[in-house]
Amino acid sequence: MIGLNPELVANGAFLLVAAITLAGALIAILDRNILHAVFGLVVCFFGVAGLYVFLGSEFVGAMQLLIYVGAVCIAIMFAIMLSEPLYKPAPPPDPMKLGLAAAVAAAVFGVISLLFQSAQWTKAAPVSTDWSVTAIGQALLTRYVVVFELISMVLLVAILGAITTARRLR
Amino acid sequence: MYQELTSYLFISAALFALGLFGVLYRSSMIGLLISIELMLNASGINFMAFNRFLGGDPAVGQVFTLFIMGIAAAEAAIALSIIVAVYKRLRSINIEQASELKG
Repeated sequence: MIGLNPELVANGAFLLVAAITLAGALIAILDRNILHAVFGLVVCFFGVAGLYVFLGSEFVGAMQLLIYVGAVCIAIMFAIMLSEPLYKPAPPPDPMKLGLAAAVAAAVFGVISLLFQSAQWTKAAPVSTDWSVTAIGQALLTRYVVVFELISMVLLVAILGAITTARRLR
Repeated sequence: MYQELTSYLFISAALFALGLFGVLYRSSMIGLLISIELMLNASGINFMAFNRFLGGDPAVGQVFTLFIMGIAAAEAAIALSIIVAVYKRLRSINIEQASELKG
């Protein structure tokens, strides 16, 4: 391609991914139809996966798609089908609640962005520059093996707990 | 732009603020769960961004992001089962009506 600056293309792609992420998040929190909100969440998760790819890890991006889009969003859709009927009208929005929630969220956003713009970051001493999946696997099964096994147990307990919780009450 | 830490922190802060707004504004329990997922994703972006630009060992931040995903999956399973149980009992998933434990 003639005249296409790679830096410009990368910046454009980054802006696109960021816009997809924020637009998906906006749909997820504002749409009155809860099913549309889940679709917005899916869009947002795709954007976040793109950000992970920009941050140098295709593996975590793929895991983001598998776990969040493939598992969490599908589970939320099942819960929607098992609970509130979709034809039920949503309660009318309360302008007072909307205003207060927007004010609090804007204040938190302002404080966080002021903080990270004024902060002086120092780079950690480089230990390794290996971005491969092999390095992740080795870290998971050597240094973090206790946490890894603990998360497996947490997931098992969560599955069993979810089954008993959802089944018992009648 | 895509090689600056600040732009990623900006996106992550916006995502977190949107999630917080959703938690405060939504009245359906599933809406709350969706907002909490957004906030967890913001923390994941932060881990990956600091790992990319300031971290010493690239594997560490990625491993932590994977741990966050595992915890988020467990949290979603528990929360959804609670939502289904609450719906069976109250015939509603509106957060305002689940006030039996209020005393």
